[in-house]
Amino acid sequence: MELIKLKIDNRTVEVEKGTTIFHAAKKLGIEIPTLCYMNLGDLKIEHKPGGCRVCVVEVEGRRNLAPACATECFEGMEVQTHNVRVLNARKTVLELILSDHPFDCLICAKSGTCDLQDMAIKMGVRSIPYQGEKSTYKPDFSPAIIREMDKCIMCRRCETMCNDFQTVGVLSGINRGFESVVAPAFERDLDHSECTYCGQCVAVCPTGALTEVDHTTQLIRDLADPKKTVVVQTAPAVRAALGEAFGLEPGTLVTGKMVSALRRLGFDYVFDTDFAADLTIMEEGSELLDRLTRFLGGDKEVKLPMLTSCCPGWVNFFEYHFPDMRDIPSTARSPQQMFGSIAKTYFADKIETNRKEMVVVSVMPCVAKKYECTREEFKVDGNPDVDYSISTRELAHLIKRTNMDFASLPEEDFDKPLGESTGAAVIFGTTGGVIEAAVRTAYEIHTGKSLEKVDFEQLRGFEGIRKASVDFEGTEIKIGIAHGLGHARKLLDDIKAGKSDFHAIEIMACPGGCIGGGGQPLHHGDPSVIKARQKAIYQEDAGKAIRKSHENPYIKKLYEEFLEKPMSEKAHHLLHTHYFDKKRKDVLLD
Amino acid sequence: MLVCGGTGCHASAGELLFENLKKEVQENDLKDEVQVVATGCFGFCEKGPIVKIIPDNTFYVQVKPEDAKELVSEHAIKGRKVKRLLYTDPVKKEQIQDSKHMGFYKKQLRIALRNCGMIDPENIDEYLAADGYEAMGRVLLEMKPEDAIQEVLDAGLRGRGGGGFPTGLKWQIASKNHADQKYVVCNADEGDPGAFMDRSILEGDPHTVLEAMVINGFCINATKGLIYIRAEYPLAIKRLKIAIDQAREYGLLGKDILGSGFDFDVEIRYGAGAFVCGEETALIHSMEGERCEPTFKPPFPAQSGYLGKPTNVNNVETYANIPVIFNKGAKWFASIGTEKSKGTKVFALAGKINNVGLIEVPMGITLREVIFEIGGGIQGGKKFKAVQTGGPSGGCLTDEHLDTPIDFDNLLAVGSMMGSGGMIVMDEDDCMVAVSQFYLEFTVEESCGKCSPCRIGNKRLYELLGKITKGQGTEDDLDNLRNLSDVIKDSSLCGLGQTSPNPVLSTLDNFYEEYLAHVNEQKCFAGQCKELIRYEIIPENCVGCTVCARNCPVNCISGERKQVHTIDQSLCIKCNACMEKCKFNAVTII
Amino acid sequence: MTKIKSLADLKKMKSDLQSKISLREKSENPEGKVVIRVGMGTSGIASGAKEIMEFLMEETEKRNVDAIVTQTGDMGYSYAEPTVEVKLPDQDPVVFGDVDKKKADNIIEKYIKNGELLDGIIPQNYETIDKK
Repeated sequence: MELIKLKIDNRTVEVEKGTTIFHAAKKLGIEIPTLCYMNLGDLKIEHKPGGCRVCVVEVEGRRNLAPACATECFEGMEVQTHNVRVLNARKTVLELILSDHPFDCLICAKSGTCDLQDMAIKMGVRSIPYQGEKSTYKPDFSPAIIREMDKCIMCRRCETMCNDFQTVGVLSGINRGFESVVAPAFERDLDHSECTYCGQCVAVCPTGALTEVDHTTQLIRDLADPKKTVVVQTAPAVRAALGEAFGLEPGTLVTGKMVSALRRLGFDYVFDTDFAADLTIMEEGSELLDRLTRFLGGDKEVKLPMLTSCCPGWVNFFEYHFPDMRDIPSTARSPQQMFGSIAKTYFADKIETNRKEMVVVSVMPCVAKKYECTREEFKVDGNPDVDYSISTRELAHLIKRTNMDFASLPEEDFDKPLGESTGAAVIFGTTGGVIEAAVRTAYEIHTGKSLEKVDFEQLRGFEGIRKASVDFEGTEIKIGIAHGLGHARKLLDDIKAGKSDFHAIEIMACPGGCIGGGGQPLHHGDPSVIKARQKAIYQEDAGKAIRKSHENPYIKKLYEEFLEKPMSEKAHHLLHTHYFDKKRKDVLLD
Repeated sequence: MLVCGGTGCHASAGELLFENLKKEVQENDLKDEVQVVATGCFGFCEKGPIVKIIPDNTFYVQVKPEDAKELVSEHAIKGRKVKRLLYTDPVKKEQIQDSKHMGFYKKQLRIALRNCGMIDPENIDEYLAADGYEAMGRVLLEMKPEDAIQEVLDAGLRGRGGGGFPTGLKWQIASKNHADQKYVVCNADEGDPGAFMDRSILEGDPHTVLEAMVINGFCINATKGLIYIRAEYPLAIKRLKIAIDQAREYGLLGKDILGSGFDFDVEIRYGAGAFVCGEETALIHSMEGERCEPTFKPPFPAQSGYLGKPTNVNNVETYANIPVIFNKGAKWFASIGTEKSKGTKVFALAGKINNVGLIEVPMGITLREVIFEIGGGIQGGKKFKAVQTGGPSGGCLTDEHLDTPIDFDNLLAVGSMMGSGGMIVMDEDDCMVAVSQFYLEFTVEESCGKCSPCRIGNKRLYELLGKITKGQGTEDDLDNLRNLSDVIKDSSLCGLGQTSPNPVLSTLDNFYEEYLAHVNEQKCFAGQCKELIRYEIIPENCVGCTVCARNCPVNCISGERKQVHTIDQSLCIKCNACMEKCKFNAVTII
Repeated sequence: MTKIKSLADLKKMKSDLQSKISLREKSENPEGKVVIRVGMGTSGIASGAKEIMEFLMEETEKRNVDAIVTQTGDMGYSYAEPTVEVKLPDQDPVVFGDVDKKKADNIIEKYIKNGELLDGIIPQNYETIDKK
């Protein structure tokens, strides 16, 4: 690599050719502010539209100011990052952005975690000299995501996530000049677009323009209702990230404190989605074995590879974009929905109540889960299996709002029976986890032998698309893993073209899997946060006494007492689903 | 006898001269032999009035009405030239007998427009007869690409789209980037309001563009050409299509052109008429079906352009010069113009000027020659106030700049620019604050919205100017206006934002007292800003004819017949109808 | 149309076309014709050039004037559209501005038939490049 020398603020720095001023400055400990630039490192997402112009710096010999995020360094370059010209331009640009932004910081959902607010504080903006018309848009309330485009600063990060990373293509810039805004085509509502509700737009939005639907007020009411039995389930990725909202290091596991917080909030039963994850493995793993056995027996009709189906963003994605392939994914419901279904039948019977008097709430790292639980097929007589889902961020807010000092909370355990889980269930929270959990069980069932080592390192990692094979005692099982819908699309295109030789593929919509979900505490563009959460997930797995789903005693009991066996008729009815062709055919017609 | 009837000569007693000549002809009974005809402007107003005698092409200058007698008696009857009225060459001090030898009085030189208005654009044979495709033939068969590029470099041709980047250099860079496919793009997205030279070239001489594109393709080893043209140019599109078909039929486009082994073909792409699409990266995105937004350079299109391939983009007028450079030689071309700007430039003369139209002049001509000679001076004999060059983002220049030789660098140095060649002339009735607001309205509309300073800043500039034209501005606003303009210029992403404040900055520089009058005295000297003027009736002039009252659309003028009328200021909408209709100059603007 | 296969072909074609055109426009040639060009750019057409062109085509035929009426691009005189250029055999072309039907009629009757000039002709105020 060619090295070049340059001076930033009169200090010399040596960088590789191709480095931008922004990163060269970082090497000198100079943090050049920006509102639009985003670099998600290992995820290979770099967004540098050079649009916000907050990062402008002076380059000796250049006519105008240069955006530090997009301008590459050259030998002998001399850069000033904070002289009068630069500071004045930067502040003026910020004042302009603020002049077209609502002044409702005090009541904004993003208050305290807003990049624009931080920037205004940093620059010491005390007045807005440029006043004028403000952009106003009708707020868009979908079942999962709220768009308040009055607050949009046109950083376009959401577009990069939606189009480049997820290849969903719902969000893009429309209209021109002052009227320009990020929106679905024809300024439709999200609900009338092909949005998968993956929430990655929400995860990267610097302001309050994109937020999730908030169910906390509803939850507080339900908790206060003595007639209702309120049951909560928490997804595996939540425990690895919740602590961040209370200032703990990313990757700090807070399972025990989370449980005691939920109990103090007033939930009647604090359960774990991990239990349902074990159940998912039983069903999905059995389905996989069934398809494999038929395939190896020469059945040409069998659909392989089998794709996982726990991720609601992914399910939405193939319903919209690959509806003709909807017979390939497993029919197993997601853990959230399996949990709801079992809670409102098996568990409701156990505590002698009925589904109408039971409220099932899920805490999820996800915003698509909010949509998933509203699906008609997951309701019985209009009563949903899961009443609503709150995000990790909403739970954090709720804990703060109810006067708890998170740090001093005791560590407590989940309730039984739906709170017991294995290590296999915990790793559902990260990319590669579902398939590893499935392999642990499928291997033992298929071979009849006990695994000596349950860690399948070849399935782990952070690459967008990973390929691995597992030896089932002489039978090679080829496995594909993708996180991010753009990567998923590649694997699907291969399958469509007949170029795929996988037997099973795990797909997660979000970067890193659920740990990088759209409902998690904001990573503010720092991908190391997601990696730390991944580490925590594997740490929790390693520490579990039981690490294979089929060994979960309460799962065994559930089959004995209620479901009979995996893939039984009852299991089909309660734990499996079907998919719809949602390809929009009306887009150009109205 | 051709007597100049242009407005310039008219002002210098041309009309009386015309009458006198007619009278003399009549009195001498020459009606059947001599015809006195009034003509349009000769474009030599400095020496007007002008009389040209045909068929001997004698050219008389500064002819006075009393010279009529002598002209008829001497020239018409006796066939002797009136020597004292002949034009004297200022250098050689010789009298010129014959206008065929004084081509230099013709300030225009048509290179790019050489065939416009001369040939039938829908007949390739006429183009061929005018040396068409000969330059292409020689380049393809007798030159190496690098030699052809050198020829363009030697000619010193600079891009006519506005930026003035050396065309040869652009080709050289594109030729050095290797790829399996490269593209040549003709930018026919003429967006400056009032500029229509590209349209005229495409409508009048489409083959010249095709020929140049083949040469360009050969030089950089590109086999595909694309013409990006706005859909609002249906006639240009039609003629281009005919030209492409005809060229294909003759084998001048397609495979193995003229047996050279070089393949090249051209396709048309339509634009929806966004101003920003004239910016080459935005244009390329538009051709790719993306939103037409500029992206940061580098990478330049020559490195990564259309579909990520090396692409050379040149404007129509630039291309129209190419065949001539090869036919007449780089040396000839470089002999025209100034040191750093070679050749000619086409301007679209508009505004308060007599000879509105397209002109092509050698670089280095002064604004005075263009406006007062070719343009025939200001309409209605009013006083020249300013000229705006470079389209909506050029600056307004005053009479102190009239003797500036026009070229790329000189115009930039005085705070304007060449742009694509719009030239709008303003007189004493134009308010410079309102003029800059008018231009800002355009850039606000045409900003793509990608970067904050352009998206919001221009809007705020427009609003500030609106405030000032309403008399609500303060001196602080003038400071804000300047700071904002400076910052937008300094920090915007593309050429649109980097130049959009030019009208404001140049009028602040050149007409500051007008701004001051608006904010301090609430006065608009030009009488254009409706909020700052009122219509009054001058009692001494009013005869009480009631015409004004009858024509007032809001009935705000009252008064008895033969009595002095009055205007009710609270109702007046300042439509100017009363002033237009009054025959006694009794209405005035205060 | 046949394809032009070499530079020599192209040059030959050019000289053939050029002599054909000059033959047509020379007065000594008994077939010398009047050439009328109508400025048919967008601005010309918007000002009515199309009607004028049709008028000239029909009327020259009706009145037995041996003329070729053809279109050309924008001549640049936007202030005087529609513009019509008339080239009588062996004479310099003359451009008429602001041509309406009445003027077009005058052009045929007075200028083409009698060589009588009309008011409002536009002097050529630009230099052309000599082609070689």
